[in-house]
Amino acid sequence: MKFSERWLRALVGVEADRAALVEGLTLSGLEVESVQALGDGLEHVVVGEILDCRPHPRADRLRVCTVAAGAEQRLQVVCGAPNARAGLKAPLALEGARLPGGVEIRAAELRGVRSQGMLCSARELELDADASGLMELPGDAPVGHALADYLGLPDASIELKLTPNRADCFGMVGLAHDVAALFGGATRLPDCAPVAARHDARRDVRLDDGAACPRYCGRVIEGLDASVPTPLWMAERLRRAGLRPVSAIVDVANYVMLELGQPLHAFDDALLEGVIVVRAAVPGERLRLLDGSTVVLDHGELVIADARGARALAGVMGGADSAVGAHTRRVFLESAYFEPAAIMGVARRFGLHSDAAHRFERGVDPDLPPRALERATALMLAVCGGRPGQVLKSDRPGWAPSRQAIRLRRARLARVLGIAVEDAEVERILLALDIRLAREPDGWLAVPPTRRFDLSREEDLIEEVARIHGYARVPGLLPAAAAGVEAAPDDRVPLTGLRGALAARDWHEAVCLSLVGAAQLAPWGLLDSAPALSNPLSADLARMRPSLLPGLTAALRANRNRQQTRVRLFEIGRSFHAPPAPRREVERLALAACGSVAREQWGEPVRTIDFHDLKGEVEALLALRGPAAAAARFHTDGLPAWLHPGRAACVTTAGADIGWFGALHPQLERALGLDAPVYVAEFDLEALLEAAPSRPAPLPRFPWVRRDLAVVVAEAVPWAQVDACARAAAGALLVELRLFDVYRGASLDTGHKSFAMGLILQDHSRTLTDSDADACVEAVVQALQQSCAARIRG
Amino acid sequence: MESLSKRIAAARAAVAGAGSLDEWERLRVSLLGKSGLLTAALKELGTLPAGQRQQRGAELNVLKAELSAALEARRAQLEQDAALARLARETVDVSLPGRGAMPGSLHPVMQAMERICAIFERMGYRREQGPEIEDDWHNFEALNFPPHHPARAMHDTFYFENGELLRTHTSPVQLRAMRGRTPPLRIIAPGRVYRSDSDQTHSPMFHQVEGLMVAEGVSFADLKGTLEAFVTAFFGRRFEMRFRPSYFPFTEPSAEVDIRWTDAAGKERWLEVLGCGMVHPVVLENGGIDPERYTGFAFGLGVERFTMLRHGVDDLRAFFENDVRFLAQFG
Repeated sequence: MKFSERWLRALVGVEADRAALVEGLTLSGLEVESVQALGDGLEHVVVGEILDCRPHPRADRLRVCTVAAGAEQRLQVVCGAPNARAGLKAPLALEGARLPGGVEIRAAELRGVRSQGMLCSARELELDADASGLMELPGDAPVGHALADYLGLPDASIELKLTPNRADCFGMVGLAHDVAALFGGATRLPDCAPVAARHDARRDVRLDDGAACPRYCGRVIEGLDASVPTPLWMAERLRRAGLRPVSAIVDVANYVMLELGQPLHAFDDALLEGVIVVRAAVPGERLRLLDGSTVVLDHGELVIADARGARALAGVMGGADSAVGAHTRRVFLESAYFEPAAIMGVARRFGLHSDAAHRFERGVDPDLPPRALERATALMLAVCGGRPGQVLKSDRPGWAPSRQAIRLRRARLARVLGIAVEDAEVERILLALDIRLAREPDGWLAVPPTRRFDLSREEDLIEEVARIHGYARVPGLLPAAAAGVEAAPDDRVPLTGLRGALAARDWHEAVCLSLVGAAQLAPWGLLDSAPALSNPLSADLARMRPSLLPGLTAALRANRNRQQTRVRLFEIGRSFHAPPAPRREVERLALAACGSVAREQWGEPVRTIDFHDLKGEVEALLALRGPAAAAARFHTDGLPAWLHPGRAACVTTAGADIGWFGALHPQLERALGLDAPVYVAEFDLEALLEAAPSRPAPLPRFPWVRRDLAVVVAEAVPWAQVDACARAAAGALLVELRLFDVYRGASLDTGHKSFAMGLILQDHSRTLTDSDADACVEAVVQALQQSCAARIRG
Repeated sequence: MESLSKRIAAARAAVAGAGSLDEWERLRVSLLGKSGLLTAALKELGTLPAGQRQQRGAELNVLKAELSAALEARRAQLEQDAALARLARETVDVSLPGRGAMPGSLHPVMQAMERICAIFERMGYRREQGPEIEDDWHNFEALNFPPHHPARAMHDTFYFENGELLRTHTSPVQLRAMRGRTPPLRIIAPGRVYRSDSDQTHSPMFHQVEGLMVAEGVSFADLKGTLEAFVTAFFGRRFEMRFRPSYFPFTEPSAEVDIRWTDAAGKERWLEVLGCGMVHPVVLENGGIDPERYTGFAFGLGVERFTMLRHGVDDLRAFFENDVRFLAQFG
């Protein structure tokens, strides 16, 4: 909502200056988005009249004008504007003027011809963006009169960013009440008294869709002169509200819309046929609109129709074929109440800009149509002449705009705000807002005006009092209510701990969009399980990710494309799963890495990350769960197809799979255009974070004994088998089994490998002897020979 | 005797000139060892007449003490030289970079979210979560957005075929937290939210933190005090703040909170950082709470906005590009 500051001040007496007015509006909830000062620096600018206009002797584009600057004063002015012509009235900046842009006007020679001032465009005076030529003033503009005074300047265009509840402030009258409440001035409201009919011409109206349009008022005005110019004061108010003056009839309708908030529409009555019917569009019905576009109405849009069909898109835009023009002599003026739901989305559907739709979508005072019609009639008669007919008011039977009284309790007001507002102040505020009040023992009964349909319950009134009284007058307090102490569960790794551990281990945290595209998911074979949006922004944001990995891997690839060869990313976020998945949203941790294990550094060889490096990371994360919960089984059953089947593992803890990790499948790597092996991991976060509080064992009092052992086994024998066999054979004495080398090489038979391990032996009740240790190692050796076909190396 | 003094003088010179601990040891042995010069001379004392023996013995002991002292001094010198030589040998280039792993980084938006939640947790708020795929009731209807309400249009909602939607704000968690519980309640709900909007200042996905307090006698003054304390805690300094009336269907009275911000160019302006208000009675009722007995306040803030202010980042999109050169700057 944009408006002229002077117009507002004409409707409500305010002593506050512009800055205070603007701040007051913003701090009462009518946020001022911009203020454009108009007409500053117009001292020494007057209404000039070009009496004579001759070519410049030495410049094709310039003209030499004789300009009247007053009854007696004649000046010679050199001018380059294309519309300079004898008889034109235009702003004339005299010597000594300093224009808003900073230009100082002095007498000068222009190519040898003396110029004693400057004729100005609207742009040069910063009154409008129009710089196409001189600003053309009406023929009755008084020559020599100060331009600012003539145009009602200085002024400002103030633009508000209205919240959806304050539709009433799309009219100056609504705004004036707020300003009156804020600054204590009295309102001077426009006269909406009925204008008596002077002829019998009428056009009947039928409401076929009473739910969408419960009230429709119309009136025929005949004998108009549509060609008269719009009065300057009205044109200026429109212009300062951001509306370009069009023609007298249209301008009057727009003026009343800005003033009262009621959109109106004027049809050329000569172009209408028969009864006006307000109805839903017939599917496929076509309508050519005022802006020249043709719309096909397939969604039952509300239309204003006559015997020939739809003539206007109700509440949005009139039809081109019934539009008023310079030759219009008789208009049918419409002032109706359309339900917001009937108008909502229609303008947007057809890409139309419509001030009327903007207002109807948010809601217009249902009581306003008859009054607005009278106001528009009076203005139209004043501007265009003519004779009004009867106002025909059609209401849906049984429909009447009414307001329920709302109880406002003094105690509740104080309780919600945390301060007591004096009764007199409450009454002053509500009365100034045009709310009728009756005193009650514990507060008030309040009836808001029909314009304020946002006020329907006690809280609404509390807000009115608070915002006008001023939020700044409520002190800030810290709540005193006792806070319960939350239990801190010790069976869960804190998320901050996990994130901190990952960052400490050289992982960078990423945040990828949860929205992905089908093309991104297809190579992973994850398309079917991804929930699809019905109104995506674009094809690459059309699905919810069923895994964090496609996005994280894409981020990794983007980094590689930016010369980062070593990338280690992690993300914590949700995956989404279409039915019949048992859980629709699962919080997950995902990792993706490629390049060298360690940062490139001196003194350490560069080694590319492999499966066991990643497994080490996984084990480090599992270790956060505490020793009692860190144990996991790594297996290859049920691996997802996008993992390398020989270089990936599932992780099982407490009997349940909690995630998997490993190398991406080479085919997927190719499909994704990855030029190096990429290792990924993904876990169910809640399962990963399951911890067990520590129950530490007593520390041993006797020294341990270490015996090293190297065994050769067939390649097919996994370490887990050797490990389990050794532990079983060694019994309780073995407190730790350290694998310190895995060797394959020429000294071994092909298809064999050697495991070198250290056995840490200890007894809690005595120091072990050599023969104790020997016996234990011997048992391990025998067991390995029998169960794993192991051979002792050495 | 004559020859002994000569040899002793020579030995003294040799001790002073000993170039290594090995040479020094050889000298020590040749002088004071079992068959050393002085040891031999002392052994010969017994062969002297008793009258000379005492005087000669005293002379030899003085000589021995002198030689011992000279030897000791020389040894100390040699050891010190050796220690210095070792230190010189072992000196490294301290300017070479250290080895081993360096830390990665935590995402700035996640850091800010954690910081925000931690501040409220210290005030006794409890962290809650809700689904990102929501139903219309939780996201709109129960929050007092009736169907066709113009405020709905401002939310640019993503929908699914079955009518469900991606939550447009974290406010639905308010209802999930209220239902089935009895006040007092203090909850904080961080998470991802979605709007179908994308440009330099809008991402289709972003993060919000929702806060809710419901108890007997909670007032707008409490809301102001709580948010003033929060802003001071988050930025680590006091700002001039203002509460500006605004509109949200689920709170009333509603406010937007502005802080007086000085930008990089030194220009001061009011900057909107949060939305808040007293929980609307309809929302309390929908949450199963008696609005006559209890009142509450709620607030919602955009985590990206706080992150941008905290770090002076002005392009929202940088947060979701995951460029490690950007991420690594956040430690």
